[in-house]
Amino acid sequence: MYTAVCVRSFRRYATYRAATGARVITNTVFGFIISYTYLALWQVRPHLGGYDLSSALTYVWIGQGLLSVAALNDLGALTDLQTRISNGDVAVDLYRPVDQQAWWLACDLGRAGYQLVANAAIPMLVGALAFHLRVPQGSGWAVAACWSASALALVLALVVGYAIRYLVALTAFWLLDVRGVQLVYFLACSFFGGFFLPVTLFPPVLEAIARALPFVAVFQVPADVFLQRYDAAGTLAALGLQLVWAVVLLGIGRLVQGRAVLKVVVQGG
Amino acid sequence: MDDALIEVEGVTKSFVVRRRAGRFRRTRTVVDAVAGLDFTVRRGEMVGYIGPNGAGKSTTIKMLTGILLPSSGRLRVAGADPVRDRVRLAQRMGVVFGQRTTLWWDLPLRDSYELARRIYRIPDATYTRNLARCVELLELEDLLDVPVRQLSLGQRMRGDIAAALLHEPEVLYLDEPTIGLDVVSKRRVREFLARVNAERGTTVLLTTHDLTDIEQLCSRVMVIDHGRVVYDGGLDGLHEQGRSERTLVVDLEREQPPIELPGTRLVRCEGTRQWLAFPASASAAPLVAALAGRYALRDLSVREPEIEDVIARMYGEAVVAV
Amino acid sequence: MAETHLPLWRSGRWEPGHALRCYGHIVRMWIRAALAYPASFWMTAVGNMLLSGLDFAVIAVMFLHTHALGGWSLPQVAFLYGTSGLTLGLADLLVGSMDQLGVRVRDGSVDTVLVRPVPALAQIAGDRFALRRLGRVTQSGAVLVWSVAHLHLDWTPLKALLLVSLVICGTVIFGSVFVGGSAFHFFMADAAEVQNSFTYGGATMLQYPPTIYARDIVRGTVYGVPLAFVNWLPALHLLGRPDPLGLPSWYAFASPIAALLCVVVAGLLWRTGIRSYRSTGS
Repeated sequence: MYTAVCVRSFRRYATYRAATGARVITNTVFGFIISYTYLALWQVRPHLGGYDLSSALTYVWIGQGLLSVAALNDLGALTDLQTRISNGDVAVDLYRPVDQQAWWLACDLGRAGYQLVANAAIPMLVGALAFHLRVPQGSGWAVAACWSASALALVLALVVGYAIRYLVALTAFWLLDVRGVQLVYFLACSFFGGFFLPVTLFPPVLEAIARALPFVAVFQVPADVFLQRYDAAGTLAALGLQLVWAVVLLGIGRLVQGRAVLKVVVQGG
Repeated sequence: MDDALIEVEGVTKSFVVRRRAGRFRRTRTVVDAVAGLDFTVRRGEMVGYIGPNGAGKSTTIKMLTGILLPSSGRLRVAGADPVRDRVRLAQRMGVVFGQRTTLWWDLPLRDSYELARRIYRIPDATYTRNLARCVELLELEDLLDVPVRQLSLGQRMRGDIAAALLHEPEVLYLDEPTIGLDVVSKRRVREFLARVNAERGTTVLLTTHDLTDIEQLCSRVMVIDHGRVVYDGGLDGLHEQGRSERTLVVDLEREQPPIELPGTRLVRCEGTRQWLAFPASASAAPLVAALAGRYALRDLSVREPEIEDVIARMYGEAVVAV
Repeated sequence: MAETHLPLWRSGRWEPGHALRCYGHIVRMWIRAALAYPASFWMTAVGNMLLSGLDFAVIAVMFLHTHALGGWSLPQVAFLYGTSGLTLGLADLLVGSMDQLGVRVRDGSVDTVLVRPVPALAQIAGDRFALRRLGRVTQSGAVLVWSVAHLHLDWTPLKALLLVSLVICGTVIFGSVFVGGSAFHFFMADAAEVQNSFTYGGATMLQYPPTIYARDIVRGTVYGVPLAFVNWLPALHLLGRPDPLGLPSWYAFASPIAALLCVVVAGLLWRTGIRSYRSTGS
């Protein structure tokens, strides 16, 4: 059933064609601007943070590609959940014999799948044409291993991102105006997730904070996996970190959801 | 005609509709929303403008208010071209769209009126007088400080009508002013409009789905169908031409065989309830008296004909049961 | 019909003064509405400030690793950042609500604007005026003050005038992009995002020195969408930096002309948009 939900969600997002096209333009424009700032910075500091220039530029374009896949600006499919919480429709959902968290995860993965094809592919392609980007290197085995590890890291990143957004959406049970929380989420995830600058460039204290937060698992870690910054053991550790965050955050999401359900049942919404 | 306020001569409005046909192809079709419209409204008249959905009512209102440009034909309001002289005419007309408000959605009702005062440059004395009058007659006193989005449909509509009249317009366009309103709101709105027309001589053109609106307000009805005026005259004439029927809904004390009553026609019979149709032009009183004499009645009501039925009958088309 | 008998307030001629006054009334109404909920206002304003501050955090982190970006020092880049953010912020404050036009076209509420005796532009620009956008203005303004304090410029009356003109013309240019861009909402459904790439994307680009971009891109901002006139060209003169394009020196003072051109183009686009709405009804 969840597969069907996922596929339906994919199709639904596929109907917003014009919105997708417009988003692609924005992401591409920002991709160019950030690339030029990186070019200037790496000209002065060629191996800053352990990235060579083409790694750094690849980092930029992966980031622009994944910006909408990771649903930073909105809450992705969870926008609907939030609306349903705000207008009380969620009470109906709670009586259905489906697991809420799994249901919305399926929806969101369908959305992410579509945006990966439609929103992420084009900016990355444009970036690859305009700049020299890095693809996984080494022996055939190493390349294959890197691609599969990256795919796994991407899926885990989507789940972690979803788990965070699920918590953000649930705040609508308690707050009338969720824009504030959403803004904090955007700021935290884009800055500490490394979307603008790799967290390795942060001053030590900030980097330590960023590394201790789950946002790195949404972007910084999977990007580093793709850029082959980890050895085999490191890659496993990175994937493990993502997995841990996914489990922990989904668990917290369940706890909070339980509280929210109680609130709805007791107070009638 | 000297006192003609609205003049419409051979007005046509066509839209290009693009439809997706297949994956990438699109078909382009030209649809005439209004085709060769002709009519004149005199100053001080109150005219009902009716017709089925998609007949071109709203398009006409939009052209008269200067929102839409006619594709061809001549259209004059107070001698001016509504599109070219939009701002100048806007000063002299009031518009109420039943489906969407002209009030400022997130602001309290009072703010909308305050803004209208500035936008229409209404002198203070006029503004105070008109606002007080509207507030009294439309019972808006308790609503003034409520944000528009929190108003019920009926309250909002009353608020909208007041906003359209503060600057004393010469002509008032109402697009479905009673749609979705409860019975009380409908009555209040109708009474108010009748007064405005009678006391100020404001010309009113209103589109509606509710024949009762027309019955209680308008001496003249224009029926539009497929973008053309197909009837223009009194309401009685419309009923005659459309052979329209009212329905008497009879609730009996106990089940009876189908009622046979001269001058009526049995439409439906369900348990203790029976439906009798009779010509709309005939009076219901003698029928009711006859029924009461013959049967033990629990309840009795008269249902007005639906506009769609009347129009459909005018064309001898099959009446779709509602 | 005898119009001469009408009282003066009914003549309803189109007057720019009246349009401006109405814009002012609408704006005041919204400010009052916003201040009715002070907690919400302050939260969103601070959020707005943080959001625009994020870009500066990125610049600050970059300068942890270098002393110059494209040959420009931190105070110099901060000057670009401050002027770009301040002008965008002011334009956003004044006419930023225009990007909601797409929604209004779809739900048909443009109709209600068109039946009022005030130009549609004045009404739509003022609607939903969001005072919280002062957040960006304040934050960028603070960075600008900091940069000017650390630049040790030799101030002359001409340079002071140039800075004032920079802020005004920059605001006008960005405002024109908002208005001209929103005219496209009459033709296509999701023009808001494209408009964003020009306004927010453009402002982000202007935060960094022109020297870091490819020449053709800089040329595009001089002769295409004239964003270079917002701050780059005047800043080159103010900060005494060499021009990567080698343009004549009077270009630094040409922002008013560029701003005027922008206003004209935006006005024409807007008129075309309204006209198209008139004939199609959405």
